Amino acid sequence: MIRAAALAGALLAWALVAYGNLALEVMNPVLLPTPGEVGALAAVQIRDGSLAHHLTVSALRIVEGFGLAAAAALALGLLVAVSTPARLALEPVIEFVRPIPPLAFLPMFLVWFGLGETSKVAFIAYTTFFPMFVGTGASLLRVDVMLLRAAASLGASRRDLLRRVVLPAALPGIVVALRLGFGLAIFVIVGAEFMGADAGLGNLIMEGRVFFNPAQIVMGALLLGALGSLVNALLLMTERRVLRGRALP
Amino acid sequence: MSPAGVGGARVRIEGVHKAFALDGRSTPALVDINLEVQAGELLCLLGPSGCGKSTLLNIVAGFLPPTRGRVLVDATPITGPGPERGVVFQEYVLFPWLTVAQNVEFGPRLAGVEAARCREIAARYLDMVGLREHATKFPVQLSGGMKQRVAIARALANNPSIVLMDEPFGALDAQTREVMQEELSRIQRVEHKTIVFVTHSIREAVYLADRLVVLTSAPGRIKEMFTIKLGEARDRFAPEFTRYESEITRVVKEEVAKVRE
Ligand SMILES: Nc1ncnc2c1ncn2[C@@H]1O[C@H](COP(=O)(O)OP(=O)(O)OP(=O)(O)O)[C@@H](O)[C@H]1O
Ligand SMILES: [Mg+2]
Repeated sequence: MIRAAALAGALLAWALVAYGNLALEVMNPVLLPTPGEVGALAAVQIRDGSLAHHLTVSALRIVEGFGLAAAAALALGLLVAVSTPARLALEPVIEFVRPIPPLAFLPMFLVWFGLGETSKVAFIAYTTFFPMFVGTGASLLRVDVMLLRAAASLGASRRDLLRRVVLPAALPGIVVALRLGFGLAIFVIVGAEFMGADAGLGNLIMEGRVFFNPAQIVMGALLLGALGSLVNALLLMTERRVLRGRALP
Repeated sequence: MSPAGVGGARVRIEGVHKAFALDGRSTPALVDINLEVQAGELLCLLGPSGCGKSTLLNIVAGFLPPTRGRVLVDATPITGPGPERGVVFQEYVLFPWLTVAQNVEFGPRLAGVEAARCREIAARYLDMVGLREHATKFPVQLSGGMKQRVAIARALANNPSIVLMDEPFGALDAQTREVMQEELSRIQRVEHKTIVFVTHSIREAVYLADRLVVLTSAPGRIKEMFTIKLGEARDRFAPEFTRYESEITRVVKEEVAKVRE
């Protein structure tokens, strides 16, 4: 209820500012599109199907890139958690590459993977991998030693410890890492699609810029926000189901 | 591993020393502990806070290697934790992602006991600690005393021959505590497990113990050993009971006083 009211409030504020500007001409009204203009544009693009197309293209890239990165982060996180040599070998490499802003590599992705889908998916995968790897690795490694002791004194083998203690104990941290990764995927999709894409929300925004259509830019941004919060809500819901018993009731 | 079940195993602590590194210096926590706990015996460990009781228990459990010396279960030197040595931790250490019943079933499940039988076992031990109605709750939903009772049920449900208990009744109110003491001594009369029981309550120790060891203030050494010859079904108000209590209190107080100096 409060959420809905807050969203409505934000919309109202935007409407006030935009229509106020239209009346008073504080700045060129073209630069500050009103909700009506954005809505009308959205209606057109919904009808001709282009909006749905942009959305699915972006969503597919996000899901594929995120999925690849999540799988790799989980696999390597586990490897690092069970094998000290693997951890010692992987850590310095990853810690060196990780701080380089992924956008610095974006042109290389286009060179390596071409202008098609692969470069976008690969770029999203590359960007989201690091925080997810660091998050899963850390939560797997930081399992309370007392829990391991308790299980070992109940007869747990190394395998049992991994399956029945380390994984469930690390789960909250892993879920948070995945949620961060997904948020980041939505964050970087725009960048990936700014360069050499023929569809997608980032491309929609870029097109808005090139053809000087601020309403389209705003619409693209709003769609990204909606997509992000929808996915976040879904993830929070799964998180609550998976982590039943962990949070206070 | 000795067969679990009715009847305990003998625990021999031979020349155990333990030192921890503190600011780069090795600080002794336990010095020359020699102790034999007979099969089926309940031995209480008393001593001032920080004297090394939990450390000794951790060594016997196989969580910490001794700096010197060794621990044998029957004739076998221990090299790590094992299901024949159940542990009730001072801080409970329940698995937060499992329900109360699933926590209690954890050991039997690992041992491959079939699901229906596991549920029976869990129900039985939860009954014993008075938590049957709480079987489907998660640990966060329990009070400290309830968690402690789950931890006791979890350790016993795995049917270990040796049980290492670190202040297992510390978080209980006085009434529940006496009920649990009576329950433990009843179990003990039936199952004759070998139990090492750490407590700060001298009354509790005299009520439960076959033998009672008082450790010195840190670093812990064996200061004095008492054999409690009170038989079964002890009366906390009997004059012999009170006599043990006051004598042991005197011995423990000497050590507690040293800590404060
Ligand atoms: N892992 C550790 N590293 C360093 N020092 C430790 C460690 N564990 C225990 N100690 C030290 O060893 C000593 C004994 O600790 P221990 O926990 O065994 O005491 P305790 O007799 O169980 O005390 P309490 O009655 O308060 O539970 C203390 O001085 C403590 O600081
Ligand atoms: Mg202790």
